[in-house]
Amino acid sequence: MSAHLGNGESIALGDLPVLSVAALRDEVIGGVARGRRLAAYFGAGRRGDALRVVAVVAGDDDGELLACAADVSGSYDALTPDCPQAHWFERELAEQWGVEPRGHPWLKPIRRIPDAFFRVDGEEVHEVAVGPVHAGVIEPGHFRFQCHGEEVLHLEIALGYQHRGVERALVGGPDRRTLAYMETLAGDTTIGHALAHALVREALGGGGAPPRALAIAGIALELERLANHIGDLGALAGDVGFLPTAAYCGRIRGDVLNATAQLCGNRFGRGLVRPYGLDHDVDDALREDLQRRLAAARQDFAVADRLLWDSPSVMARFEGTGLLSLDVCDEIGLVGPAARACGAERDVRQNHPHGIYRFVHIPICTWPTGDVFGRAHVRSIEVQRSFAFIQELLDSLPGGPVALERPAPPAADRLAVALVEGWRGEICHVALTGADGRFARYKVVDPSFHNWFGLALAMRGQQISDFPLCNKSFNLSYCGHDL
Amino acid sequence: MIKTTLARLQQKHRTTRYPDGPPPSLPDRYRGRPVIAAGACPEGCRQCADECPTGAITLEGSVGLDLGKCLFCARCEAVCPAQAIRFGRDHQLAASRREDLVLGPEGARLAVELSDRLRRLLGRSLKLRVVSAGGCNACEADTNVLSTVGWDLGRFGIQFVASPRHADGLLITGPVTAAMRPALRKTWEAVPEPKIVIAVGACAISGGPFLGHAEQHDGAASTVPVDLHIPGCPPHPLTILDGLLRLLGRIPEPEAGG
Ligand code: SF4
Repeated sequence: MSAHLGNGESIALGDLPVLSVAALRDEVIGGVARGRRLAAYFGAGRRGDALRVVAVVAGDDDGELLACAADVSGSYDALTPDCPQAHWFERELAEQWGVEPRGHPWLKPIRRIPDAFFRVDGEEVHEVAVGPVHAGVIEPGHFRFQCHGEEVLHLEIALGYQHRGVERALVGGPDRRTLAYMETLAGDTTIGHALAHALVREALGGGGAPPRALAIAGIALELERLANHIGDLGALAGDVGFLPTAAYCGRIRGDVLNATAQLCGNRFGRGLVRPYGLDHDVDDALREDLQRRLAAARQDFAVADRLLWDSPSVMARFEGTGLLSLDVCDEIGLVGPAARACGAERDVRQNHPHGIYRFVHIPICTWPTGDVFGRAHVRSIEVQRSFAFIQELLDSLPGGPVALERPAPPAADRLAVALVEGWRGEICHVALTGADGRFARYKVVDPSFHNWFGLALAMRGQQISDFPLCNKSFNLSYCGHDL
Repeated sequence: MIKTTLARLQQKHRTTRYPDGPPPSLPDRYRGRPVIAAGACPEGCRQCADECPTGAITLEGSVGLDLGKCLFCARCEAVCPAQAIRFGRDHQLAASRREDLVLGPEGARLAVELSDRLRRLLGRSLKLRVVSAGGCNACEADTNVLSTVGWDLGRFGIQFVASPRHADGLLITGPVTAAMRPALRKTWEAVPEPKIVIAVGACAISGGPFLGHAEQHDGAASTVPVDLHIPGCPPHPLTILDGLLRLLGRIPEPEAGG
């Protein structure tokens, strides 16, 4: 009853099944019960009084994406009670479109600061409020802890301080600002989001980037993963007071960002990935330069990393902190290293490969413990795999151009879906075009959208003093969530 | 202990000697301050202005390029038929006054030092509270980098502090979203006088990619007075450092712009 498409493909809007709400619920709830995941669920626009909602369900085993729609007006039976993965999406739906998912257990806005927070009452219960301005150089968000002594009974996370209206501004595009939006959805995921957008554009217009561009884009995506994972491992070391690895990784992260800058002039990868190709090529001199830089960074990282895992005091702080079970992970639909650290085999590069990942495989790395240790360990292994992957690609870059001469404009009345495994996890972009070939709706689901609630659950029963460490082990994006 | 010591030896000493020594090398494809050629524009041509994502380019007589809005995407350079705009390698971009960011053929007017009184107070110890107010977190990331061992901002007496009450000023990133405006205002009010404000990145100067959106306020100046503007999307750490040192009068020989 759903339309089937692959990652980076599109369908005519006429082929998108518009179901009854009950049938859409069955599709999503049934699909998720059979092990699929809700990748996106959003309002696509009004038709008279009704709101057209679109659901995209991802099958990680068969690589299929299932899309369906329904028209809802006023209120409808919420998916969330039967499918907790929908909980954040339905809160967003209610906030953005004013429809009411009936029976949703916690229908608060997700990007507006709530009037009241959840409260635990009791004589010895106290409340701790943090943010939006934090002690460090980080983005704004508000955290409200209900504590009994040191123990956190509940954490409520209020976001929206970074909301700057990007999805709204994308409607009517593509235009001269579209790429700038893509590159600033989450600055540390410039390549990931730009790549998802390129896939969407190519799915809508037909055709794709040439092989050489696919390989270099893969290198750039893995460089982004390297920089962030290495930075996170350093920051995790810093949060438990282990300064050697903190200091080394802070610098090595910079070396990787500088390698990205060698590619395109910008440390965050701005100006590289475009629909139908790249704005910069890699010549022989640059290839050798990158190989040299990355070999040095790899060696330095190996030493800093070893030191971390060899320190019993660090392990004592990592192990058992911020636990999440695989059941909870699946129930709420975690993505990325946070999911893989619970043992979930969930990685777009393997499950829904696009571009170069169709030809060169990068093994999924999982760990069963679901704690800070697991999230750090998965990153550490992924760093090693990404280094190896980049080296392999640099040794065998396909020839030819890096961009098509004439990119095709998006076709009219289509729906396209693209998934990319960003360093935080699954990035999902869904675009619907109108009769004029312009974006009638452009939905962005940053991995943080799935994972913020995971952080809140991981804090249950933890010491509040472990919050910085737990938070860093997820390292979620505020701007990517708030848009 | 032995492992830690050996690792320390392996990792070596890596702090840049700048500004006493040469600055860290910039990427080969780095896009620094644009250079604008006088009188190069063909009659009636407005390709650069039409292509620019943020409307940073005005064409009145000659090209005026507002570094405060510029994302350094170089689309203008790519489409210009006459090479009237070329991106150079100069990392020095900071300006004291907003209007000094509009670049014409005559080149740049870089930031000037604080007044003598402020410099006596802050020149050797400047504590800044960072407020992230929208944006994409890249400016925060490359501000943070200055505290890593490679740059070691602390050696200039500059430090990011947790409380505005411990701070001499604010460093602001992001376009100032609706939700962050009251928090920014309160944080600014909590900084004791005299205080300075530094806007880092296109967002904090003009709204950047989000310029004009109803959900934000087109930069820090909408909410608090700004003393130093550091352009870029994001600015390279070297550009941020240059701006901070310039403000404190600690760039040895201020070079003339251009
Ligand atoms: S480089 Fe700056 S001025 Fe030129 S097109 Fe891009 S944003 Fe506009």
